[in-house]
Amino acid sequence: MSLGPSQVREIAHLARLAVDGNDIPAYAENLSRILDFVEQLGSVATEGTAPLAHPLEMSQRLRADAVGEEDQRELFQSIAPATQDGLYLVPKVIE
Amino acid sequence: MHKKTIAQLAAGLRSGEFSSIELTRACLERIRRLDSKLNAFITVSEEQALAAAQAADSIRATGRGGALTGIPIAHKDIFCTRGVKTSCGSRMLDNFIAPYDAYVVERLKAAGAVMVGKTNMDEFAMGSSNETSFFGPVHNPWAGTAVPGGSSGGSAAAVAARLVPAATGTDTGGSIRQPAALCGISGLKPTYGRVSRYGMIAFASSLDQGGPMARTVEDLAWLIEAMAGFDPRDSTCVERPVPRYAAGIDAPLTGLTVGLPKEYFGAGLSPAVGDLIQAAVGVVQRLGAQIKEISLPNSQLAVPVYYVIAPAEASSNLSRYDGVRYGYRCSEPRDLDDLYERTRGEGFGAEVKRRIMVGTYVLSAGYYDAYYLKAQQVRRMIRDDFIRAFEEVDVIMGPTAPTAAFDLGEKTSDPVQMYLSDIYTIAVNLAGLPALSIPAGFAEGRPVGLQLIGDFFAEERLLNVGHRYQQETDWHARIPRGYE
Repeated sequence: MSLGPSQVREIAHLARLAVDGNDIPAYAENLSRILDFVEQLGSVATEGTAPLAHPLEMSQRLRADAVGEEDQRELFQSIAPATQDGLYLVPKVIE
Repeated sequence: MHKKTIAQLAAGLRSGEFSSIELTRACLERIRRLDSKLNAFITVSEEQALAAAQAADSIRATGRGGALTGIPIAHKDIFCTRGVKTSCGSRMLDNFIAPYDAYVVERLKAAGAVMVGKTNMDEFAMGSSNETSFFGPVHNPWAGTAVPGGSSGGSAAAVAARLVPAATGTDTGGSIRQPAALCGISGLKPTYGRVSRYGMIAFASSLDQGGPMARTVEDLAWLIEAMAGFDPRDSTCVERPVPRYAAGIDAPLTGLTVGLPKEYFGAGLSPAVGDLIQAAVGVVQRLGAQIKEISLPNSQLAVPVYYVIAPAEASSNLSRYDGVRYGYRCSEPRDLDDLYERTRGEGFGAEVKRRIMVGTYVLSAGYYDAYYLKAQQVRRMIRDDFIRAFEEVDVIMGPTAPTAAFDLGEKTSDPVQMYLSDIYTIAVNLAGLPALSIPAGFAEGRPVGLQLIGDFFAEERLLNVGHRYQQETDWHARIPRGYE
């Protein structure tokens, strides 16, 4: 599997990663090398084998639908890049 | 004092030979004096350490306290520590002061351990050499030009150089065991679900597991006893009583069957490492164990499976770093997309970006079945190989890593070559099993690790075998030159 520069740009955009144009060829080469390497899985016979998501095959534990945490908004927002009136600030989305 | 193990230090504290304040000061002094050669610490938390040591001494003064009361430890910088920077080795979290403690941190605090600082690591635990850290590489105490292994490279180097008696680590594909091997210390990766992942910054959630790193297996037993336990805040944490691990480590090995997977001794293994592992197997055999050759036929597929599953999970886990709620934010974003893209582009290093992109690609429409689903199927085959093996043997033994520590820069240009340094450790994470790495000798002056793999929740057995081995050998007691 060989990725070209345009595919790398597309993947970077899907992942919301700004990648410097000068770095694209190196990413293309390394990502292709990694995908080539994992390609060997394609030749393994896996018909009838169920996928394994959790090594102990446990299912998600449920809990009572009750409030368990206290409100720590001020503490959590004290490390935010920008807040105002208890809200997180981001660039304007709607004009 | 710095040459003593936790067990010896606890005896000294109990008898009043020295106080935790004295011990903690001695650790801080060694870090100040020696860490410039290693770069093992990202943060040293002197003030908190001395306060905790004071508290530990008060507890001891009333005749209370356990094995870890007053013992200095370091935490890998992946564990959230309230009020102390938790960077995960990344520029993204260089300004992140954690608002809460991880479960492991909470538990070790409750046991009286004294945190002296946070150790360097590969960025977001993605690496096998500690070279992807935003804070620069860690140097191996046994050879300054060599890597310490990764991702828990700072923890391994700090313990090996006798800066701290113990440290925490995390292991997603070998990140406790491989650096433990390369630095000549002992490290335990517990069964998946044994130790809560709460407050442990997520890399690949179905593989990540925290564990202890120390000089001896006995010390690991004390540490894991404090770290393990049920925590409802980690939905994959297993509800199961915690054994008194240290109590069973002396049991004789007669009747034990040890399996040697033939796939772990084939091409790719350095002959010098192979010889040392065979010698270590001989020691265990003389202690009464039976040796049996076994096969793990899908072993060679573990690394490719891992490099689909781990990046896929990482791409999802790391989507939380958006420059909005905490961590790095790019300057003057034009709009929301620009905020996300530049924050992440500038905040993450090259290896993290590579893995996020691989993960994004394998999960994208049209490729999911060919990569992710396929990898999960092969993951089952790999796990089932182990299940079959444990019907015949109690413990599996082999090398932790194919070579001793390689040089800084040796593998940075080819990611796949770097990934292959975890060839013997990764399958264990895919299967969710516990495994231990302990020192087994030196190849050209660099330490070599013996890996012991156990059945699910068989940590006691691993610690027992490892401890008995360390009673017969002194590799774990060797100190690197310049750190005596």
